[in-house]
Amino acid sequence: MAAEMIVDIAKSFPGRFTVQACFSVSVQPPTVLILFGPSGSGKTTILRCLAGLEWPERGRIQFGSDIWLDMQAGIRRSPQERRLGCMFQDYALFPTRTVAGNVAFGLSDLPADMQACRVAETLALLQIESLKEVKPTQLSGGQQQRVALARAIARHPTLLLLDEPLSALDAPLRARVRGELRHVLKQLAVPSIVVTHDWAEALALGDRMAVVGNGRILQVGVPQDVFNRPADTDVARIVGIETALAGRVVESSEGLATVEVRGVALHALAVEGVGADVFVCIRAEDIVLEKGETGATSARNRLQGRVTDVSSMGALMKISLDCGFPLAAVVTRSAVEDLQLGAGTPVAASIKAGAVHLVPRRDTAVTA
Amino acid sequence: MNWLAISVTFKLAMLTACALVVLGLPIAYWVAFSRWRWKFLIESVVALPLVLPPTVLGFYILVAIGPHSPLGQFYTNLVGHALPFTFEGLLIASVLYSLPFAVQPFAAAFEQVDRRLIEAAWTLGVSRVGTFFKLILPLSVAGIVTGFVLSFAHTLGEFGVVLMVGGNIEGVTRTVSIDIYDEVQALNYAGAAKTALFLLAVSYLILLSVYAMNRKVWTVWPQR
Repeated sequence: MAAEMIVDIAKSFPGRFTVQACFSVSVQPPTVLILFGPSGSGKTTILRCLAGLEWPERGRIQFGSDIWLDMQAGIRRSPQERRLGCMFQDYALFPTRTVAGNVAFGLSDLPADMQACRVAETLALLQIESLKEVKPTQLSGGQQQRVALARAIARHPTLLLLDEPLSALDAPLRARVRGELRHVLKQLAVPSIVVTHDWAEALALGDRMAVVGNGRILQVGVPQDVFNRPADTDVARIVGIETALAGRVVESSEGLATVEVRGVALHALAVEGVGADVFVCIRAEDIVLEKGETGATSARNRLQGRVTDVSSMGALMKISLDCGFPLAAVVTRSAVEDLQLGAGTPVAASIKAGAVHLVPRRDTAVTA
Repeated sequence: MNWLAISVTFKLAMLTACALVVLGLPIAYWVAFSRWRWKFLIESVVALPLVLPPTVLGFYILVAIGPHSPLGQFYTNLVGHALPFTFEGLLIASVLYSLPFAVQPFAAAFEQVDRRLIEAAWTLGVSRVGTFFKLILPLSVAGIVTGFVLSFAHTLGEFGVVLMVGGNIEGVTRTVSIDIYDEVQALNYAGAAKTALFLLAVSYLILLSVYAMNRKVWTVWPQR
């Protein structure tokens, strides 16, 4: 039997909601699980319960054959007994210690020469050897992020918990560090749980994804599936992106890339190199539908297709299309009436190049 | 000036301050980090010497360590003489009298330490005791020095408690403040003035060093 992490916990906050989490995830082969949700949805609370920093009122956490928490049986393993690597949102680096001192902080049970060796090896992995003797206050945001990750992985944890690992970085840096983080997580082969509210992070890093809303886990699945087929309107609202497709960059020049998705060419504003495997993400709100074949448009992508389904989402209607690949659009009720949209209606879908987002694809070695 | 009284006073103040570091750190840790609902009960007890008249405190300590109390009897059986009107008795009284002057700065310093740093240390497998010595203590140095110096300075000037518990034995329990009182009673104003000025100067210098150390402005001074 493949080793699994089984979590079933509940913690209430007076005056707010109750956080309830029930899921299991494979730890052998190592899997990156994404906890995805808006701020205040309870995902950080779930992570803190896994770390042993917060005690749920009832529940059970089992990691492989180890029981970390069983409130009924009175088992409460402290964070020290769980052999974790945690990376906090604001990094929580120790201000009085150098980078090397921070990384070595959790290694005091190793002999001194082993400690030095482990620190050197970890700093090399993250390419921060030159910062060894620097104090955290003198580091840039990206450097602090790497030191925090180095400290978390230095003692070879059995589980890595990352709370919004990239949210403290500015946007251009975030995209680059996301790639590095993916590379490191893959190299480490340690099961990881990553809390995020950024869909690009979820697609780039995750093998599995759990959508958290109002303290509950609403859907668990492969990230691409969750984005393409949200289980209900709550999940759809939380994930935002309704189309996430695997594609390949076939042409790239002057900031405009052409991606091929199931034989259809899409234009996107991106600088990915030719041949790169990417996820193509399109928000349902960014798609404009037209009936029949009209003239020229400024939108770079104009796709001919058919409506396959029309369903209600409160004030809006969700239109599922087939343009050679499935595409989801959201329009108002009056638009549905004006265009007389129904299953089988031929339509043209226009998408601006700027609304086609590319996320470099994780080498999908493991999917549970 | 009565140098014997001065040396007794400094010895008492130094030992009191040292004892308070040993005793005050665990109490302050508990005060700073306990989530017990009735914590304020203990906090109030620790702060009591701030408002209690020294004679009241001295009276209770005198009774508590006297030869008729269980504690006093135990001590008498152990070392052969009673505690009141000895240096040891005076030391115990001073420690209790200066407790808030050590515990409150210690606890304030511990509370300043970011909880997330402490949690980060725990998740790195470092025990609570290890986290205290490796992380919390180095980040609280200023508060600990402040508590040490304040309890030292406070002991230098104590009068009521000394009179109640220590009495006025030359070379054993006669402290500077008692000496000044005696000089005034004997109408030797010149002697009292010298000793008083000495105590004033020492106290001022001590407080000066505490305030200078805690002045954040200094940390942004250009480094040479």
